[in-house]
Amino acid sequence: MSTAPLLRVVHLGKSFGGVKALRDVSFDLAPGELLGVIGPNGSGKTTLVNLITRFIRPSSGEVLFKGRKISHLPPYKIVRLGIARTFQMVKPFYQLPAYRNMIIPLCSPRMKQLPGARYGDRDAVALDLLEQVGFERDAHVAYKPAGALPQGYLKRLELAKAIALQPELLILDELFSGLSLAEVAGIVPIIEKLRLDGMTIIMIEHRLKELFRVADRVLVMNFGRKIAEGAAAAVMEDAAVKNAYLGSEE
Amino acid sequence: MKRRKERIDRGIRVRSSDVFALCSWREMLYLSGPRLLPVAACLLLPAVLGVYWQKVLLSVAVFALLAMSWDMLAQTGMISLGQALFFGVGAYGAGIMDHYWHLPPWVTLPAAALGGGVVCTLLLLPVLRLRGIYFSMVTLIVPLMMVRIIEATKIFGGTEGLSGMTPLPSRWVEAYVAMAVLLAALFGFRRLLDSDYGLVLRGICDNDRSVINAGINIYWFKAQALFLAGCVGAFAGAFMTHVYMFVGMPVFALDYSILPIAAAVVGGPGSFAGAVLGAFLLVPVSEALRGFGGLRIVLYGLFLVIFIVALPEGIFHFLQRKYHQFERWVEVEK
Repeated sequence: MSTAPLLRVVHLGKSFGGVKALRDVSFDLAPGELLGVIGPNGSGKTTLVNLITRFIRPSSGEVLFKGRKISHLPPYKIVRLGIARTFQMVKPFYQLPAYRNMIIPLCSPRMKQLPGARYGDRDAVALDLLEQVGFERDAHVAYKPAGALPQGYLKRLELAKAIALQPELLILDELFSGLSLAEVAGIVPIIEKLRLDGMTIIMIEHRLKELFRVADRVLVMNFGRKIAEGAAAAVMEDAAVKNAYLGSEE
Repeated sequence: MKRRKERIDRGIRVRSSDVFALCSWREMLYLSGPRLLPVAACLLLPAVLGVYWQKVLLSVAVFALLAMSWDMLAQTGMISLGQALFFGVGAYGAGIMDHYWHLPPWVTLPAAALGGGVVCTLLLLPVLRLRGIYFSMVTLIVPLMMVRIIEATKIFGGTEGLSGMTPLPSRWVEAYVAMAVLLAALFGFRRLLDSDYGLVLRGICDNDRSVINAGINIYWFKAQALFLAGCVGAFAGAFMTHVYMFVGMPVFALDYSILPIAAAVVGGPGSFAGAVLGAFLLVPVSEALRGFGGLRIVLYGLFLVIFIVALPEGIFHFLQRKYHQFERWVEVEK
């Protein structure tokens, strides 16, 4: 693609004491692209997300968003620039009803920066957003405390909280983990719709079948290293990837 | 036959939850009653109490303010063990302004409250990043450090303290100033925490990373909560300086840290009204037990334990539930 990349990750690395969680990972992400990140457990996928959003500080390398270095900014400023993420372990406000959970992102300074940001009744906007991710409008479920919701709804709530910020780059950290096939099938169209709306997305996922349905490109990680990158089918034929997933033949 | 308790909202609660409540006096009274009651109590109590119990009432107001200040921090996820810091900074602030600069109480009270808020915020700013017990430990230590600093450097009268402050004009002014500030803090804080701003504060307590993830600078919000709590706590201290006409090292005593927490916990944390109720219960009980001499603290402790075991949710939440809901026993289907 000829357009300038939305996100550039340049030689990013992180070590926790002696453990090298991430080593020298670089990639570019074009606007509107959906990048899948896969890899075995402990391969550094979530660390990569935490480094991009700077929930943890990188040991080396840098991250550029729209050509601007962001890896020195605090996490809340990165969100304001337009990068929103979900957490693998959902982080709702358990005490509050589901729709009140949405008010906090809707109060965000990010909303004030957006041209034509939605003003007016935040509760109504919250219920609209929840409906978009599959909370039935007339059911009681949006009014239940988040602590009383089943896992499927909590994951949807997590997604809705990220979408509420109208991000340019959305990072989904294992959104499908812990969900049934039917629940995943309900969320995939939501992601496809976000793509059609032009949102750039990074998806970290173990559910390869669903991921390959939506991903333009896949990045494979193992032991903190990028071992392959490219179209889904090509990547899965790669010897290093087969090795990482299925073990070596020797 | 197994039975369980079922709780159902009262009809009047449902009826008065929308605009139709304005059509009936009964519904309007149901809504306004719980708000008018504390206002009426605060207006009438100073008038009906004798001189001694009026002084107790001032003490109640001071501990209620400190308990609300603790509750404000607790709702933002900061468990403080050092309300004495706020109290002491406010007390010394008013004392210094009165003793050295001869300013009247009408200047020292608001100035010590606001200035105390600023000083406490600045003192605790470096530890705002600490969470849970680590934050608590620091807040516990800071007031104890202040005592030693004053003792060692002999500033502000050293161990002798500063005395001869200007009192407030009369005991009526004292009582009504205390009640007015108490009501303002109670209703102001409750309203604030009900707003979207308050939602962000409570979100920080519930899940701070999720609030960061909404692009919100939680340290800025925590600092604001600290400032508000600091102002209220410092006002309590400044007020006591003018009531006792003295300020000294005891203002940093542990009592001012622990009793407000007890009041908030007995009354029901997370509501501010609970903190006030708790202070209105605990301080007079402590006074009434004076006749028991050495056994006083034992009986007081026993009283606390009984309350916490019997009503772990706190008095306010218990009363609120009884007010809005009725209970009945229903048979459990097999």
